[in-house]
Amino acid sequence: MTATTTRRRRTPDAHTFPTRPYDLVKEFVVALIVVAVLTTVLAAVFSSPDEKSITLSDWAKKAPNDVVATAAGELAGTTTSAGYGPPYNNAATGQALGPIALQKWAGVRIPVDSAQDLVITPLRAVEGDAALAGAVSTWSSAAGDQQTKWATAYANALTAAPDGNPAAVKPSAGFGPVPVLAAKFLQLARAGGLEGALDASGNFYKGDATRGLLLLSDGAYLEDQARARNLGGDQWGMMNETGNYPGQPWMWLYTFWYQVKPFSTSDNADAQVWALMMVLTLGLILVPFIPGVRSIPRWVPVHRLIWRNYYRHQT
Amino acid sequence: MTSFVSRVASGEHSDPAKSNWTAALRTRLGRTVPAGQLLPDRQPAYVSSWIYVFGVLTLAALLVVLASGAVLALGGATWWHTSSTGHFVNSLHLWSVELFFAFMVIHLWGKFFMAAWRGRRALTWMTGVVAFLGSIGTAFTGYLSQSNFDSQWIGSQAKDGLNAVGIGAWFNVLDPGQMLMWHIALLPAAVGVLVVLHIVLVRRHGVVPPIDADAPHDGPSHDDPGSAS
Repeated sequence: MTATTTRRRRTPDAHTFPTRPYDLVKEFVVALIVVAVLTTVLAAVFSSPDEKSITLSDWAKKAPNDVVATAAGELAGTTTSAGYGPPYNNAATGQALGPIALQKWAGVRIPVDSAQDLVITPLRAVEGDAALAGAVSTWSSAAGDQQTKWATAYANALTAAPDGNPAAVKPSAGFGPVPVLAAKFLQLARAGGLEGALDASGNFYKGDATRGLLLLSDGAYLEDQARARNLGGDQWGMMNETGNYPGQPWMWLYTFWYQVKPFSTSDNADAQVWALMMVLTLGLILVPFIPGVRSIPRWVPVHRLIWRNYYRHQT
Repeated sequence: MTSFVSRVASGEHSDPAKSNWTAALRTRLGRTVPAGQLLPDRQPAYVSSWIYVFGVLTLAALLVVLASGAVLALGGATWWHTSSTGHFVNSLHLWSVELFFAFMVIHLWGKFFMAAWRGRRALTWMTGVVAFLGSIGTAFTGYLSQSNFDSQWIGSQAKDGLNAVGIGAWFNVLDPGQMLMWHIALLPAAVGVLVVLHIVLVRRHGVVPPIDADAPHDGPSHDDPGSAS
């Protein structure tokens, strides 16, 4: 480069240059009209996606075996939410970046006991069902180890059954009350009463869907539906949207890392990708101060296109 | 004893720049954007490229986003699921957001290749980037507030990322009520403040001159905190 590379360059004040008439307000008004018209045309032609949410009743009707398996898994403590860790429970420490365990440090701030909150409490609210009441009573009066043995045995039997069909599981005393609890849970879900029992928590109004979504996510049905719509994490995940819509392409860099190693195979991928994105974000903010990066515009002559009239007159 | 009225009449008062917060704020605001530069009717002659349009287009799209979002808010959180009019307004909101981001990304890349942070404009660049990040957060919470299948899936996926770094304990993406508040109140307010600050800074320093441009005549120039070296 020239001698100017040996010292700090100075950028002249913009107000020292010759000027020409420029109507900022007119430019803005024209831009506003153009954008409003373009938006209206795009909205009229392409509309917007609104695929209905999956209700727990839908789930129970379309994938009953998955509901039963999920209920058994919650009772056995083998589902994702049961072994999640903070902020829901202490079943695991969660993800970490080497010695930095932010997930653990944040603590359990949204307590969820998967067996109790997602299965037993909703079932306990059902009235007029003696068989269910007896099963709940048997479950609640048993020791924790016994509960786990029953639920694990039943969950394993479901896994071994064709299509996980509960009807194909041979009854056994080793399952305790779990088959009844799981069957009644399916019945409650099918009737449409589960959402309210999970998330209303005695409140007339519902706004927090944490428990319902944790339960739905513990099953296979939600992910199956998402993958069928190319929304899986290894399909660029949340960057996409249902239907042929642009979704959130501005998140491409975030979703990109999940597609490549070591992130795609790491148990701490979420924490690692977040940390990497924080570093890159800080880098973008501090571009003016990063040697080399701030010089890229000088090396890549795009600016000579932008200011071609100026440079033409200079030469 | 001198009455208040007589003291006012005699002009007795201390130096407003030192003791009067209002006058001090007025003076500070006056210094922030030089007289005539808030809405100038002339620009430097080098301001002659289509790339300049994308900043204004971004701002225009933001207004359409806010306007369509305000109409959606009038109808309530579930209006657009049950009304064809509401659905159309939602479509306006979606596509104005898509245009907003498209214009903003082009604007950002344009300013990058102009090295627009030169000449004490680093803060202008930084406020723009943070406004971009805030916009991503705002759009993201919008997707979480749709109360449809997309929201269910995006929330169930996003919780893992946020929980992994401890954020999910306070920012619960499985709580559409909380996310709606972030989407329509907290984040738009933050983005709005950043955009205003960004525009004020742009007007304060004027449009960055071409790379390696020499001042055409004597005038002030600035040390360049972000220059290439």
